[in-house]
Amino acid sequence: MLLDSHTARAWYRQMRLIRVFEERAAQEYAKGHIGGFCHLYIGQEAVAVGAFAALQPQDHIITHYREHGHAIARGMDINGVMAELFGKATGVTGGRGGSMHLVDKDLHFWGGHAIVGGHLPIATGIAFGLKQQGGDGVVLCIFGDGASNIGMFHESLNLAAVWKLPVIFLCENNRYGMGTAVARASAVTNIRDKAQAYNIPGTDVDGQDPEAVYETMQNAVSHARAGKGPVLVEAETYRFVGHSMGDPERYRTKEERKEWQDHGDPINRFRRSLEERAIVTAEEFAGMDAEVDQQVEAAARFAHESPFPAGETLHRHIYVESAGGQP
Amino acid sequence: MSVMTYREAVARGLREEMRRDKNVYILGEEVGVWGGAYAVTRGFLDEFGPERVRDTPIAEMAIAGCAIGSAMMGMKPVAELMTINFAILALDQIGNHAAKLHHMFNGQITCPIVVRTAAGWGQLAATHSQSLEVWFAHLPGLKVVMPGTPADACGLIKAAIRDPDPVVFIENSKLYNRKDEVPDAEYLLPIGKSDIKRRGRHITLVSWGRMIHETLDAAEQLKAEGVEAEVIDLRTLRPLDFEPVAASVRKTNRAVIVEEGWLSFGVGAELAARIQEECFDHLDAPVGRVAALEVPLPYSKPLEAMCIPGAPQIIAAAKKTLYRG
Ligand SMILES: Cc1ncc(C[n+]2csc(CCOP(=O)(O)OP(=O)(O)O)c2C)c(N)n1
Ligand SMILES: [Mg+2]
Repeated sequence: MLLDSHTARAWYRQMRLIRVFEERAAQEYAKGHIGGFCHLYIGQEAVAVGAFAALQPQDHIITHYREHGHAIARGMDINGVMAELFGKATGVTGGRGGSMHLVDKDLHFWGGHAIVGGHLPIATGIAFGLKQQGGDGVVLCIFGDGASNIGMFHESLNLAAVWKLPVIFLCENNRYGMGTAVARASAVTNIRDKAQAYNIPGTDVDGQDPEAVYETMQNAVSHARAGKGPVLVEAETYRFVGHSMGDPERYRTKEERKEWQDHGDPINRFRRSLEERAIVTAEEFAGMDAEVDQQVEAAARFAHESPFPAGETLHRHIYVESAGGQP
Repeated sequence: MSVMTYREAVARGLREEMRRDKNVYILGEEVGVWGGAYAVTRGFLDEFGPERVRDTPIAEMAIAGCAIGSAMMGMKPVAELMTINFAILALDQIGNHAAKLHHMFNGQITCPIVVRTAAGWGQLAATHSQSLEVWFAHLPGLKVVMPGTPADACGLIKAAIRDPDPVVFIENSKLYNRKDEVPDAEYLLPIGKSDIKRRGRHITLVSWGRMIHETLDAAEQLKAEGVEAEVIDLRTLRPLDFEPVAASVRKTNRAVIVEEGWLSFGVGAELAARIQEECFDHLDAPVGRVAALEVPLPYSKPLEAMCIPGAPQIIAAAKKTLYRG
């Protein structure tokens, strides 16, 4: 792929931003500033960055709970995301949703969702809405390998195929659903092959390579945008950290993880490739690294300094307020 | 007596029953290699092997259905549905099938499954923080057990496994590390028996599950103010053992019901109705109810803390019912 220097820098910077953001989130979690479940995306950054680069502003996204990287790749304000992790009033849901439920309707980012598979049927509805209303937008629906075994996956792909809905089902196959390796839970170990059951295209891509993800996603998006119906894309990737915080990781060996970290780190790989191709210089990398560090530092400061939501806000938005706001 | 955690007590009951009866097996997400999302079945895979400790795909419907079908064939499945929020994905199998088979097929089929699941909360946000026992307790044909102490958990999980009917066994993620005494000898408790956890004569406090501890704390604090509260732990929601509640209210003439779930249409609503039906002439005050605020639970810590009642709210409700300032 011919990558111009401007795009290359933007992608590198975004991958680094996701990584540094999450490393900081892990530190803040350890200090007790973040609570509950916090599912990190470390190791999978190239999937988000490559995939979101293939989207347009009129496109829509719905995703699962491992979504910090997706939110950042779509351009969600990282101050608001960090503040959300802290449960602060300035967070993207005012502290209601936390790490697993980032949202920004203006960006057409329809939420992280934490019931495994629960958002796939909703993705078909967003796509149906787009199609009925005649726009040329498409929906990107992201989930994990484990989610491809739940009934909602199958119901959604079938419905989307029968109705030729403009949705790209992007499965991030990071090899495990919690501690269950793909082959222990799925009769079909190439998730993309599940597309055959619904007579739609299924492709796989190296999820550690943002350029490959971008190209594959470009094709998938064109297919959906052209009215040809849904596509299933499987990005092969790996989670470098535990499922959530405090995972004893009894289900894999340290060697396996180290192998991926040493040879499959998407950020190191991309950087090396850009250096070899002389697309980005060492000074440019250093400049971007420093900027990202400052940006994350500022986000953490913003989150720390923000107030917690006021108690009265608890009762808002249970019902639509223009309709009275009461049951 | 030995002191053990609630987690260890459930595990002990499960282990004893698996050793006793080869037909008992466990299935669910992460029950084997991981050892259970809340570490209840840690070590079970090593002891009982992968045939009897079965990691499943993420497929709550299939987990419950497989339990039901194998139970029809004479097995004794213990299906773990990681949390009660995910258990409702299996509500069709549990509610439309397990709860119906025996009666609808005129007694020809039995369905002796146990569904273990955990309620609880702790900055997990709206979809992961629910107390949904009433969803199950509403259904005739199911038994619903909700133990609050290690001894009750040990005795009741064993009873649930031996029970010939489908039992939903609801644990609580906030109880797993709680320690208390459990008898050393084999310990079985009957399903459908409530337990008087504290004797008193001024007011009856009724609760179940984790809230029994908040209620006992409240009762202890009330004692300092001269109020002797009787605390009844229902332990089983269906079949409901109401008589001890009625007997207590006839003695104290006052009742407060304490629950972790939402107020409207909850277990407390059923209890309050039963109390007025059966103890109307004995009541000196309206039945009090303490329950969660009627909002989806938020992630943010200070907001979440406003939602779930504890001892202070129980004390306030008790005083109101006693007409004390
Ligand atoms: C319906 C449901 N069942 C179980 C869970 C608990 N759970 C949360 S994440 C997860 C694993 C999902 O794995 P995968 O889809 O591969 O996504 P990954 O976490 O690897 O990104 C499980 C079992 C849940 N949230 N929802
Ligand atoms: Mg996975």
